[in-house]
Amino acid sequence: MADDEIILSELPDDELVEQMHDDLYDGLKEEIQEGTNILLERGWAPYKVLTEALVEGMRIVGEDFRDGILFVPEVLLSANAMKAGMAILRPLLAATGAPKQGKLVIGTVKGDIHDIGKNLVGMMMEGAGFDVIDLGINNPVEKYLNAIEEHQPDIIGMSALLTTTMPYMKVVIDTMKEKGIRDDYVVLVGGAPLNEEFGKAVGADAYCRDAAVAVETAKDFMKRRHNVRT
Amino acid sequence: MIEALDSEARASFPAPAGKTGSVRVIACGAIAREVIAVCKLNALDHVDLVCLPAIWHVYPAKIAPAMREAISTAREEGFERIFIGYAECGTQGQLDHICKEEGVERIGGPHCYSFFSGAEAFKAVSETEFTAFYLTDLLSRQFESFVIKPMKFEKHPELIPMVFGNYTKIVYLAQTEDAELQRKAKWAADFLGLDYEYRFTGYGDLTASIIAAARGEAQPAKS
Repeated sequence: MADDEIILSELPDDELVEQMHDDLYDGLKEEIQEGTNILLERGWAPYKVLTEALVEGMRIVGEDFRDGILFVPEVLLSANAMKAGMAILRPLLAATGAPKQGKLVIGTVKGDIHDIGKNLVGMMMEGAGFDVIDLGINNPVEKYLNAIEEHQPDIIGMSALLTTTMPYMKVVIDTMKEKGIRDDYVVLVGGAPLNEEFGKAVGADAYCRDAAVAVETAKDFMKRRHNVRT
Repeated sequence: MIEALDSEARASFPAPAGKTGSVRVIACGAIAREVIAVCKLNALDHVDLVCLPAIWHVYPAKIAPAMREAISTAREEGFERIFIGYAECGTQGQLDHICKEEGVERIGGPHCYSFFSGAEAFKAVSETEFTAFYLTDLLSRQFESFVIKPMKFEKHPELIPMVFGNYTKIVYLAQTEDAELQRKAKWAADFLGLDYEYRFTGYGDLTASIIAAARGEAQPAKS
C-alpha cells in the first residue's frame, strides 16, 4: 500500500464528500461506490448523498466540460462513476420518498442513434429529482406521443447530434400542436449542432446547451408550472 | 500555387502571397490531399490551398473563429476569390453565418461523407444507414489519432460501447484504391466490434465544387 493512499473510511464526512467530488472528476467508479456506501453507513439520507456527493461532483465535471477543460471521454468516465453510485442509491431513494421535481420523457429523434448527451441529461435529471422515462434512440413521433399518453410527463426532451436529424424535432412539436397538446408540456431540445435560434424556430420552450443547463431549465419551468397551478 | 501541407501541421498562417486571378481555398486539413489531387488532375494551378487543422474534425467548435481569421488573412494577401473547403461539418450554422457575412461559398452538404459520396447518393442512403460510422481515406489512415487516442479507448475500453454501442457497421468511403487503407479500415471495424463495408467513392462532389470555385462559378451542390 502506498503511503499516500487515501483510506475513504478514515475521512471525516466533509473530506470524504470532497474526495468523492475528486473521484467523480477522475471517473473512479469503485471509489464512488465505496464512498456512497460509507456515507449511507454513517446515517446519511440517500437524497443527501445523491445531491451533496454525486450531483455536486457532476456539476463540477459539467462546468469543466463546458469550459473545454474536460472532454467527452473524461465526462463519460465520470458519468460511469456516478451511475455506479446512483445504482446503490436508486432503490433507497424510492423507499425513502425523496423529493420529486417532476416527470421527464426523453429520447433521441428518428434517424439518430447518438445518445451520449441524452444519457447525461437523463442521469442529471434523475439526480435532480425528476422521474425519467428514457425512450432511447431513433424515436419516431409516435413513440413520443405514446409515451406522453402513457406517462403524462411534465417535460419532453429531444436530442439530436446530426444536422440531418435535428429538423425532426419540429415534426414532433408540430404533431403535438396538431393534436392540441403542445401547450400541456414543456419541450426542451438539445444536441451539439443545435442552438438557441434553432430551438425557437422549431417551437421548443428552450434549447439546453448541456446537461447542467437542462436541469436548471427544467427546474425553472417546473417552478413556473407550480406557480400557475397555485 | 498549391501549398501541400502535412496532416498535423495544417494551420499554416500566414499563407503564401496571392496573385491576380488566384483563388484561395481554405479547407479542412482532413481533405487536403483530396483538394490537391483534384487541382492537379484538373490543372487548376491558380488555386492556393490553406488548411485548418484536420483534427478539428473532432472539435468543430474551433473551426468558425479560425475561418474568419483565415478569410481576413486571404483578403489582406490580395486573393480575389475565396472558397471554403468545408461542408457544414457540425459547426452549428456558424460556418454558414460566416459565409453569408463574408460573401463566400462552401462545399454543399452536411459533411465530407456526404460530398465524397455525392450529396444525392448520400441522402438516398442516409435514412436507412444511420447506424453506420463512416471513414474516409484520412480517417482510415489516422484512425488511431482521430478516434482511439482522443476517446482514450486503449486505456478505457469500457467507453467503446458507450460511444459506439448503437452503431452496427463501419463504412469506409474510399477516395483512392489503397489496399493498406482498406486493411486499416477493416482493423478499425474489428477494434470497435462492428461490421465492415467498403465503398469506393472517389472525390465525389468535391471535384465539381473545386472546379466551380476555381472558375468563379456558383457552387453546383447547395446544402
